[in-house]
Amino acid sequence: MRPALLDLDLLWVTGKGGVGKTTTAAALAEVAALHGRRTLVCEMDAKGALANAFDVGPLAFKPTTVAPGLEAMAMNTEDSLREYLRLFVKIPFLGRIGPLAKTFDFVADAAPGVKEILAVGKLCYEVRERTYDLIVVDAEASGHIVSQIGAPKVIADLVQVGLVRDQTQWMLDILNDPTRTGVTVVTTPEEMPVTETIELLGRLTAETGAHPAAVIANRVLPVLFSRREQRIADRLDEALPTLTRAAGSGMATVLDAARLTEQRRRTGAGHLDRLRSFLDSSPGIAENLPIITIPELFSRASGPRVVSLVADALIDELDPDTYPSEAEGR
Amino acid sequence: MSELDNLLASREMILVAGSGGVGKTTVAASLGIAAAQRHKGKVLVLTVDPARRLASALGLQEVGNAPVRISPGAFAADGVKVRGEVWVAMLDTKAGWDELIRRHAPDTEVRDSVLANPLYQNITSRFIHSHEYLAMEQLHDLHATGEFDLVIVDTPPSRNALSILDAPSRMAEFFGGRLLRWLTVPYRSRLFTVASKPFYQVADRVLGSRFLQDIADFFVLFQAMESGFVRRAREVEALLVDPRTAFIVVTTLETAPSHEARFLAQSLLDRKMSLGAIVANQVLPEELAGSDAAKSASMLLELADGALARDVAEALGGVSVKQTSTVLTQVATRFDDLALVAARESDRRSELAALAPLMLCVPWMSGDIHDVAGLALIAGHLRGTG
Repeated sequence: MRPALLDLDLLWVTGKGGVGKTTTAAALAEVAALHGRRTLVCEMDAKGALANAFDVGPLAFKPTTVAPGLEAMAMNTEDSLREYLRLFVKIPFLGRIGPLAKTFDFVADAAPGVKEILAVGKLCYEVRERTYDLIVVDAEASGHIVSQIGAPKVIADLVQVGLVRDQTQWMLDILNDPTRTGVTVVTTPEEMPVTETIELLGRLTAETGAHPAAVIANRVLPVLFSRREQRIADRLDEALPTLTRAAGSGMATVLDAARLTEQRRRTGAGHLDRLRSFLDSSPGIAENLPIITIPELFSRASGPRVVSLVADALIDELDPDTYPSEAEGR
Repeated sequence: MSELDNLLASREMILVAGSGGVGKTTVAASLGIAAAQRHKGKVLVLTVDPARRLASALGLQEVGNAPVRISPGAFAADGVKVRGEVWVAMLDTKAGWDELIRRHAPDTEVRDSVLANPLYQNITSRFIHSHEYLAMEQLHDLHATGEFDLVIVDTPPSRNALSILDAPSRMAEFFGGRLLRWLTVPYRSRLFTVASKPFYQVADRVLGSRFLQDIADFFVLFQAMESGFVRRAREVEALLVDPRTAFIVVTTLETAPSHEARFLAQSLLDRKMSLGAIVANQVLPEELAGSDAAKSASMLLELADGALARDVAEALGGVSVKQTSTVLTQVATRFDDLALVAARESDRRSELAALAPLMLCVPWMSGDIHDVAGLALIAGHLRGTG
């Protein structure tokens, strides 16, 4: 049985660039916190988008409280290395770590998996310490996520001995357990994002050991009409003279807008159908994987307001028994 | 001759940049067609990761660095008139790296050791800005052959749009840097320096000495190629500010991509790199934000319940008045949503237009572009003939 999305310990949120990954991660974290889960949300790529989502100053490695029960942090390899050395290697000369970290950074840039494992290791460490009930990761885009989550596996394959090697097993235990760790793939109803989602789901578990938890379809246009109403809507052009006489010369543009919206909706629905039939025809890869829909909000602003709107939409979509709507929950 | 025609005629290299998901590849391919529509000669579009259907429409069935020509038949079949030749190639990072190693290795022994090194394959795919750098390496090569009159590069999706600009200098720093030398010292002289000793003590414990040895061996091999790599990276870097090069920044008018595009455009200006144009893709019609349409929509909302629904139902040959009324109400309500988006887009468009000498818009189209006809349609919009 698939655990409810927010009952996991570690939830990765990925997707093609531009699909609303950060907003979705922030909203998932907000919903979890609203329902009493002590939640940490972590931005992995240091772009600052998560700080914008909560309208707070730059986030640091040390978590900041951004809402009741909700903390946010930005991953930083150097800080992670510092913490790692302090916790596991018991390095005495912490004050002089600067040049060491720089060198390490340099090795890590070239050596496979080293940088990633410091980041993943930090997240897994927090999971193990149970500082939070849930950690939501605003992860790398779908093109890079496999090397990120898969780092412990790569290290386990490449490194034969050493402390890092010893450290990988407990991380793998957390990452490979579908009741603890899940990957949410965010997409929009468009060709490339859906294709990347399908490709990622096809290789995720085989290459990283982690399991998909849900697909979130963002910016989905709602169905506006019943079938019979749609037939009327499709023919409104024929009544343009009547409409223009009554409502003015702008009616042609109003009808253009209606047509444009409907075309966009149909194109998008086609892509989501493709996604659904992939899920249906791929048992073992994405069995019973839910597709959670977030409607197009027609508000292209960013920041906390959009996060709250997306959070509301998520509450409607997630199991209503477990997550009563925001109004009832408060 | 349109302004875009002028731009494409006056440059030999175009770098198409922007954040992921904005349609960079489609725009790059359309620019290639636009160039061929106006000018004779050969244009090459170097793409990175095209959608499969677009790739096959362009005749790119196989991954490989060798350019293929879009057959004149494909243009003729779609009724597209071109004067020049359009060639396309897909960037293959792995093959590109192998090629670099072959070129810079001082002897066959180093070459074979690097290519056979277990870390090599892993590293080439993750190396700092590897894709960005390789794309520009390819551009350098293709331009240097003189075979093409214009090379258009669809830059790889990167986490930071700026990384494409920094890729060559980082590559040069990497190979020329003190760090690399320092790191490989103990394995060359077998003597730990005072400075690197603490690092190796810690690194041995953390990473395991065997792994560290592998890394060091690899770097020692790479150092043999240092001067070649550095010289090359500097040449590639010079391309970015070459007067024959222009950047075209592609974006949609949504918040995040246009923010990124503004940042990128500003950075290009700051670095004295040539920003040729900004292309806004998937743009809503401007009339949507106009007052005529807004007036009509609000009037429609008022009238949708009454006699108008009856008149419209009658005009449509006696369909249900009630359903017609629902449809009209929805059409009026939903118009506001779209008009709001169009108004925001219009603001963003002006912000972007202030940064670039040329601002081009491609309207939103239903369906994804995956044939030559679709690309030609976009080319028409870009050239202002669509």
